[in-house]
Amino acid sequence: MKSIIPEPMIPKPFRIHRKLKETHDTYTIELESTNGADGFPFSAGQFNMVYVFGVGEVPISISGDPSIPKMLRHTTRSVGTVTKAILKLRSGDVLGVRGPFGSHWPVNEAVGNDVIIVAGGIGLAPLRPVLYSFISQRDKYGKIILLYGARTPEDLLYKKELEQWRGRFDLEVKVIVDSATGNWRGNVGVVTTLIPRIQFDPLHTVAMICGPEVMMRYTLKELQSRGIKNENIFVSMERNMKCGICLCGHCQLGPKFVCKDGPVFCYDHIKELFGKREI
Amino acid sequence: MQTLEPYLAEHPFLEGLEPYQLKIIVGCASNVRFDAEQYILREGEEATNFYIIHQGKVALEIFTSDRGPITIQTIGEGEVLGWSWLIPPYQWHYDARAIEPTSAIALDAKCLRAKCEEDHDLGYELLKRFTHVITQRLEATRLQLLDVYGVH
Ligand SMILES: Cc1cc2nc3c(=O)[nH]c(=O)nc-3n(C[C@H](O)[C@H](O)[C@H](O)COP(=O)(O)OP(=O)(O)OC[C@H]3O[C@@H](n4cnc5c(N)ncnc54)[C@H](O)[C@@H]3O)c2cc1C
Ligand code: FES
Repeated sequence: MKSIIPEPMIPKPFRIHRKLKETHDTYTIELESTNGADGFPFSAGQFNMVYVFGVGEVPISISGDPSIPKMLRHTTRSVGTVTKAILKLRSGDVLGVRGPFGSHWPVNEAVGNDVIIVAGGIGLAPLRPVLYSFISQRDKYGKIILLYGARTPEDLLYKKELEQWRGRFDLEVKVIVDSATGNWRGNVGVVTTLIPRIQFDPLHTVAMICGPEVMMRYTLKELQSRGIKNENIFVSMERNMKCGICLCGHCQLGPKFVCKDGPVFCYDHIKELFGKREI
Repeated sequence: MQTLEPYLAEHPFLEGLEPYQLKIIVGCASNVRFDAEQYILREGEEATNFYIIHQGKVALEIFTSDRGPITIQTIGEGEVLGWSWLIPPYQWHYDARAIEPTSAIALDAKCLRAKCEEDHDLGYELLKRFTHVITQRLEATRLQLLDVYGVH
């Protein structure tokens, strides 16, 4: 008899190959398929439903390199029941994965333009694959600028990579934290204050933003005031999810489904919905 | 002798001033340099200048007895440091420390206040510009207070 459960609803088992500590509450796990499958192709910005058996399932963005599909990577911050359970797992443990789901960042569409990536907190995780893609095809883009805000210096993700990226002549990386003590020599303030400090060609710039909604709202304002058009601004939205495949309606943002139409949206397509109280 | 006029005339903070107003400001301006770690101003001291940062980076700090100095904002190239010179009792509210070798243009507060009293048009122009800086700072502070990256 044929199963009536749609295939994308069945989690596939993945084993934790390595677990890397990013901050006090955030880890990156590297996963490999338990059945020796070749790899896990995905596009930058997509997410998986990650299932801790017996606990629950949550949407988590894929934070690895799209050109290395063999290694599936997720960076997870522990905030509640399931994310805490994910971070309790150890190398060798198995969890379930459904995906990849959702839309992706306009990596190809941005070719020939300057690119500004604005990330806040854990929002750097879904944007890291974009940076890998840009770096691997560096000559196809104009300026590449990363603006990254976090709570404190201790909360910065991917510190080693940030240092490497900052050391390159062909990337502009600016990091800022909300507050700092003692020996921090970097910027302090909110990420929006970095925007007046950068130079780019507003008519030929694509911006990609991911972070808490309030941070995205003020970032949008600042980018618009610098002349970037709404159709060239992309945001990643978060909503509660259950099915991940547009069946249950949990993730609705007005008439849009974040799991299928998003999480990455062109701002021009959702500007009426963005920041609305009733939604 | 090269004057500061060309640099100040191009600076966005002073954009749109009448040439005579710019001349007055140049008359109150001087070049200054600070080494990394050098304090530029200290909480409670008289606000004798404000600064337009030319190069480098400055940390605004509050000193706490339990956690030491806490940086609440950094100010970099092209930005304006200090507005306490405008508001009585003209005392700094924070410490400011250069965290990189920093060059700046210092604007003499007493000189400027006197000129603004004499010429209210100049005073109004400067107030408008400082109100903008203060509003931006207030907005940023509100966002910082929201602690948007915390778990809520
Ligand atoms: C498309 C998409 C991609 C995502 N990608 C990532 C990712 O790459 N890494 C990652 O760590 N998270 C990511 N998230 C967020 C993640 O799905 C949630 O943190 C998770 O669902 C929380 O489930 P929980 O059972 O751990 O917490 P719950 O038990 O459901 O919630 C516990 C507490 O945590 C708070 N909380 C819940 N979600 C969040 C949140 N997102 N931020 C802050 N506080 C929260 C709740 O308000 C509640 O107080 C993504 C979400 C979406 C929709
Ligand atoms: S999560 Fe079920 S419809 Fe989007």
